[in-house]
Amino acid sequence: MGIVTKLSRRKFLVASAVAGGGMAVAWSVPAGLLEAFAQTTMPQPAGAPAEVGIWVVIHPDDTTVVRIARSEMGQGTLTGLAQLVAEDLECDWSKVRAEYIPPEVNLANKRAWGDMSTGGSRGIRTSVDYVRKGGAAARMMLVQAAAGRWSVPAAECTAANSVVTHKASGRSLRYGELAEAASKLEVPKDIPLKDQKDWKIIGQGVKRLDTVEKLNGSQIYAIDVRLPDMLNAAIAQCPVFGGKLVGFDADKINGMKGVRHVLKVDDVTVAVVADTWWQAKTALDALPIQWDEGPNANVTSASIAEFLKEGLDAKEAAVGHRIGDAPAAIAGAAKKIEAVYGTPFLNHATLEPMNCTAKVSEEGVEIWVASQNGDASLAAAAEAGGVPLSKVKVNKLHLGGGFGRRGFQDYTRQAVLIAKQVPGRPVKMIWSREEDMQHGFYRPITQAKLVGGLDAEGNLVGLHFRLSGQSILASVAPSRVVNGLDRLHFQGLLDDEFGYMAIPNLLIDHAMRNTHVPVGFWRGVNHNQNAVYLECFIDELAHAAGKDPLEFRRKLLAKNPKHLAVLEAAAKKAEYDKPLPAGIFRGICQNYGFGSYTAAVAEVSVTDGKLKMHRIVAATDCGHALNPDQIAAQVEGSFVYGLSALLFSENTVDKGRIVEGNFDTYEVMLMEQMPKVETVIVPSGGFWGGVGEPTIAVAAPAVLNAIFAATGKRVRTLPLKHHDLKTA
Amino acid sequence: MIRLDVNGRIHEVDVDADTPLLWVLREQLGLTGSKYGCGVAMCGACTVHVDGQPQRACAVPVAAVGESKVLTIEGLSADSSHPVQKAWLAHEVPQCGYCQSGQIMAAVALLAEKPKPTDADIDAAMTNICRCGTYQRVRAAIHTAAGNGRA
Repeated sequence: MGIVTKLSRRKFLVASAVAGGGMAVAWSVPAGLLEAFAQTTMPQPAGAPAEVGIWVVIHPDDTTVVRIARSEMGQGTLTGLAQLVAEDLECDWSKVRAEYIPPEVNLANKRAWGDMSTGGSRGIRTSVDYVRKGGAAARMMLVQAAAGRWSVPAAECTAANSVVTHKASGRSLRYGELAEAASKLEVPKDIPLKDQKDWKIIGQGVKRLDTVEKLNGSQIYAIDVRLPDMLNAAIAQCPVFGGKLVGFDADKINGMKGVRHVLKVDDVTVAVVADTWWQAKTALDALPIQWDEGPNANVTSASIAEFLKEGLDAKEAAVGHRIGDAPAAIAGAAKKIEAVYGTPFLNHATLEPMNCTAKVSEEGVEIWVASQNGDASLAAAAEAGGVPLSKVKVNKLHLGGGFGRRGFQDYTRQAVLIAKQVPGRPVKMIWSREEDMQHGFYRPITQAKLVGGLDAEGNLVGLHFRLSGQSILASVAPSRVVNGLDRLHFQGLLDDEFGYMAIPNLLIDHAMRNTHVPVGFWRGVNHNQNAVYLECFIDELAHAAGKDPLEFRRKLLAKNPKHLAVLEAAAKKAEYDKPLPAGIFRGICQNYGFGSYTAAVAEVSVTDGKLKMHRIVAATDCGHALNPDQIAAQVEGSFVYGLSALLFSENTVDKGRIVEGNFDTYEVMLMEQMPKVETVIVPSGGFWGGVGEPTIAVAAPAVLNAIFAATGKRVRTLPLKHHDLKTA
Repeated sequence: MIRLDVNGRIHEVDVDADTPLLWVLREQLGLTGSKYGCGVAMCGACTVHVDGQPQRACAVPVAAVGESKVLTIEGLSADSSHPVQKAWLAHEVPQCGYCQSGQIMAAVALLAEKPKPTDADIDAAMTNICRCGTYQRVRAAIHTAAGNGRA
């Protein structure tokens, strides 16, 4: 989807919306909001594509454009949502294309296309019903149009493969021939969906709709946007979180080639605007900047670790999950096992650094942005531009990685604040990798202390799991922290997700310890850390009890058959009951999150302290499997994200700032570390689970448990690169 | 003025001699298929060929290119029909896609050097970062493009 076609499509869309009466939609559009769009209205040529309902645009040649409200960042949601619409539309999949609905059009139409935010692996699972109804409604309208033309009852007509057929008379019409008439009909109110047994496109590993452009350089990402008269900006933010910009000596760089402006963006940010980004970046590097580093300039990773460590034994902690009396059960146990774990801050490190292009003029604000939330981008642009929401246009581009980072709109706001000072000209702001690395919303740092009690037969009689560390919601959505309890911090551990409900005495609590480092939602969020702590400690308990880790889990998962089933599926595929070749060892684990059950078996060897991951078997029960090939792609990718965090990645703090600046110090997995990943999809039906995130949680614990099996060493702090795996 | 041979066409650009080739491609020539990911030759998203050799364009000063022929993703084929592009499509390699121009250019260079690469060859040559984690499919697609007879 090139930017030019996107813009022209948008004009069509706006024209349709303004036409009002001619648009067969079931809501009223507030006139005031639409005035802003009226100027882009243009007459529709004959034979133009027709909107059939709000989700589908059909061209005379049957090309079927499905509107997408969520964002595509690699996770395949664009294709998946189109599959859902196409299923109930009964259209020819080979004719399907997708396009984004602009956020301002969604807003002006009372969010008719629903939630635009794309996170929490919700893209498919929370959209299923309404997008399928969108497809079904369009099909009903097309059938009605055909029936009207033939003067036969609609019930005698059938639709399949973008053709409506009246069997009795042998007549048929293509969707492209019916779309204009169908677009003038009323959208039906009662919209039944196809029965699962009739699904043809759901469940198929159809090809993604967004691949070809990514193979030849023609995919335009936000960072690639080029506009007439465009200037480019590089920025620097106060390196210490909580510090401020005091001043800068613009005279030192004003004479440099291409430099147009040196600007204060906000209290913590300075920008250099130049003809090209390279000129802006070069000048910024030469700009003397004075910072007030503020109250956090002495914070280090060591001081943060001490702060969290104190929480492990603190009297006060918010209780997330309690069954029976764990402390008493542990006190009376035959054997007591205790371990302390920890995980670091992590940057999302999307390969496309934060960037945004903005133009501020008398007409309002227009932005070109890669965003996980079009609505939020629009709001951020309006606020920064000081204009009403109706004066903002948002051009959504596919994301060069999101992983949770691009739900935040700091970069959108900055771009508009810069463009506001250069009115009438578009300005593209790009963060350097170093800026991106040091100004993220990091995966929260946490530690955990786990204490378990075993009886004489090796049964787990009590478990106390104390988390100490930073809450995301405390800074991002404080109203969701109730009585000091951040439920999100307990992902995977509360009774709606926790698999080990057969543990007779359980206490899981959290001593919230918030640092000055901004934190956010990092693909998989708190499941990642919590699963490392829990699944590795369960493994420790199994070994202390002298039991096989799978057998030990079977008993604890007795009350949670779906958790157990997916664990069994992984074990079966991995032939867990058969011995491995000499020198190769297994680890196993499971988790439930984002509506899906996951489990993994890792096979590793450790030779002279060097880890090799030979094979991963990963099982997923996401209820319905919309596109098995794309589920496999997400599972494979989840291991790269999760194992990068296991092996290498960490952000450390010194003098109040993030130490790592680029991929030389923030290491991530490469091809040479990639294990073979075998995906086992075991859809049990009846629900729609997430896919993009759930598997990440099982990546690290499976490998850590295998490392223990191989070496007898428990690695309890990440990343692994700090540990020596040499045996004795 | 600096003369550059890019994708078989001669361009003259007015930039400082130490401007990285990547930014000349992107900002002066409008060839945005080569991506900025790190600026320090670590991630490989900017990989292009200079006289057939894979180079990280973010770390190549434009003046150092001289008479050499530069090939970018845009010049690889007119219609995405290069065997590596076709293998990438067959295996549905890209997710977000941002690193894939560089991955493809690195793979093309590998196959030119070693038409039948082993897994170890692929490990050694393919050092491009993919944050979505498409490595498994990159490997499979390289084998397919090489006609190695395995998925």
